[in-house]
Amino acid sequence: MDKTLRVALIGNPNTGKTSLFNALTGLNQKVGNYPGITVEKKQGSCHLPSGKKARILDLPGTYSLNASSADEQLVVELLLNRSHSDFPDVAVVVADVENLKRNLILYTQIKDLGIPAVLVINMADRMERQGITLDIALLEERLQTKVVLVSTRKKQGIDQLRGLLDSHEQQASGQCVDVSDIDNSYFKHLQEAFPKEDIYRLWLVVSQSNDLKRIDSDLLPVNHYSERNTSEIKRLQQKETIARYVFINRFMKEAYQVDLTKAKDWRSILDRILTHKVFGYLIFFMVMLLIFQAIYNWSSIPMDWIDQGFASLSEWTQNKLPEGAFTSLLAEGIIPGIGGIVIFVPQIAFLFLFVSLLEESGYMSRIVFLMDRVMRRFGLSGKSVVPLISGTACAIPAVMAARNIENWKERLITILVTPFTTCSARLPVYLIIIALVIPDETVAGINLQGLTLMVLYLLGFGMAVFSAFILDRVIKNRARSFFVVEMPAYKMPLFKNVAYTVFEKTKSFVWVAGKIILAISIVLWFLASNGYSDDYHRAEEIVTEQVADNPPMSDLELQTAIASYKLKHSYLGVLGHAIEPVIRPLGYDWKIGIALVSSFAAREVFVGTLATIYSVGSEEEETIKERMANDVNLETGKKLFDFPTGISLLLFYAFALQCMSTLAIVKKETNSWKWPLIQLVMMSGFAYLVAMGAYQVLS
Amino acid sequence: MIEQTDKVHKETISSLRPGERGIIQNFSVDHIPLKLQEMGCLPGNEVLLIQWAPFKDPLFLSINGNNLAIRKEMAALIEISKVLSK
Repeated sequence: MDKTLRVALIGNPNTGKTSLFNALTGLNQKVGNYPGITVEKKQGSCHLPSGKKARILDLPGTYSLNASSADEQLVVELLLNRSHSDFPDVAVVVADVENLKRNLILYTQIKDLGIPAVLVINMADRMERQGITLDIALLEERLQTKVVLVSTRKKQGIDQLRGLLDSHEQQASGQCVDVSDIDNSYFKHLQEAFPKEDIYRLWLVVSQSNDLKRIDSDLLPVNHYSERNTSEIKRLQQKETIARYVFINRFMKEAYQVDLTKAKDWRSILDRILTHKVFGYLIFFMVMLLIFQAIYNWSSIPMDWIDQGFASLSEWTQNKLPEGAFTSLLAEGIIPGIGGIVIFVPQIAFLFLFVSLLEESGYMSRIVFLMDRVMRRFGLSGKSVVPLISGTACAIPAVMAARNIENWKERLITILVTPFTTCSARLPVYLIIIALVIPDETVAGINLQGLTLMVLYLLGFGMAVFSAFILDRVIKNRARSFFVVEMPAYKMPLFKNVAYTVFEKTKSFVWVAGKIILAISIVLWFLASNGYSDDYHRAEEIVTEQVADNPPMSDLELQTAIASYKLKHSYLGVLGHAIEPVIRPLGYDWKIGIALVSSFAAREVFVGTLATIYSVGSEEEETIKERMANDVNLETGKKLFDFPTGISLLLFYAFALQCMSTLAIVKKETNSWKWPLIQLVMMSGFAYLVAMGAYQVLS
Repeated sequence: MIEQTDKVHKETISSLRPGERGIIQNFSVDHIPLKLQEMGCLPGNEVLLIQWAPFKDPLFLSINGNNLAIRKEMAALIEISKVLSK
């Protein structure tokens, strides 16, 4: 065993646990594979005053150890698994000063498990405003622990907490509530059945509605102990909860006082407006409108810089490096491929910024409240709004966010329809096609391109809701629906938290997408700049002969003609032509076809692929967009990216499920291949038909 | 929905109007999730209706000082006695 101290941060949602985590670890943190607010395992490290190192694990938000969601179950299982490498030496229970009583329920449960636990009372800066006074000494005495008042906003109490972690061994680990008192005979029998185990650990395993799997092997058989039926167990759980409240109330009356005359009640003033039956919806709509307009308009400036920058870089590489296969790979394959994704960083960052502002401020819960009734009509829950909105960033964390939905059917439907929402990976595709086929004009003060983008977002939501409506009729209900959502106090989002979220998520997006795109760019470049046929190798001769009879061509035109002839007869060209019959009804040529096929790994690859295809053999400093705009469909003689083809592409991308990671996460969350496969076939089949219909009607 | 035949005269959380308070009397543990109880929805505690969404559903409550929202369907299962406002 190393000497690193293992610390777990545990607490109710909305207690500022993530802020504390950021304050403790700074930039020394690792987020799991996918972005998502404390949904996946987040780890970090910090140094304690003694010089010892502490490894800090930020566990998902948990109301209690009686798990009612997948996230809570994860926490309970870890705390019941002493052999797990993440099992904490000490737990830091983070409580919010305004809801201290409720937070203490979780604290007493963790204490009763026998895990040394320090209590952090967070958001101490709000005490004065809420008229709260606390008797810390009394709390410490009754809870037999150390209590730290922390304000992550004002950076208070963090050093004190670090010091306490150093001396965690001196933390008393006495019990708060003895469950045996609730029903002596029942707990006596339970203890007799498993004489070696601690009674609360036994009770926790017995009382859960789901079997706990990843726990100490000695505890596994306890899952099957059934002396009482479910209803009786529930009654015991209620008694336990009451006993915990009795324990807490005994000292809280004295230790925790609120002077309401001093309290400034911003929450009720804001809620009167923000949850109003008319203004509430109006404001919600305005917020959404602002977000989408902002994403489109604000980010266009840095995007133009990036676009130009990569075009120049590509040209510079072409000119300055010695000619050869490597230079050509770099200038025509890798640089345009990477550029195709980096250009979307501003927009993706904005998107993550807004989603995290909605979460941090507490406004997201109000949206849940406002939308529940409407969503329920479609078999969803108000809580489905969170996945649907964060799905505009990325479907992967969104599918995971559906874990908060208590009802299995509502959760499943949410998972199945979330990929319809316009994720940030669709954005690159939309933007480039909109720029090509929708005029950049302003009608009645509204930019047409921005409007089209908004329509596409609405289409995504609409489709999600419509398919939920269908699924609601098809899927059988498994469990009673219930819905409890906390309405947290409004908070001014912490700059540091928001910045970390935006940075982490954008980085992970670019990194994950970047790797795939880099690989695909190299393969594509190779396929596009090599060929096996005679046509390919003798391209120069053939084209020169062909044009010999026609009016003289400039050198440049000749070069372009040769390059395009070569591309057509390269491996990639041959491959593209082979699949052309399938996609011709949708208005696509073989180049789009290649981009389409390669984007089945991830949508954003589409742009990178086109960027690579359009760069091969060209030596001009033109942006990819300009090249695409000038491309002509050889069969019709019209522009390749004309209105019908553009609309058809937009619709295809709006509906098709082209994201391996989404399939993987849906498999993980639903625990079967059945749902992701249904999703893939239905979404992509529908996309094909709609895109074909649109093209046929428009052209 | 749960059978409501003999509950006609009983007051529940769903019969509160915004700004009104009640003391929780009774409910069946089979129908009220433990999570809600842990948030303070227990007999003897006070509940205040802060706001309702259109169609009076869901309900935005303050139970024992905790702000939360539940659906009308569930609120109708929690019996209360109304507290007359000052």
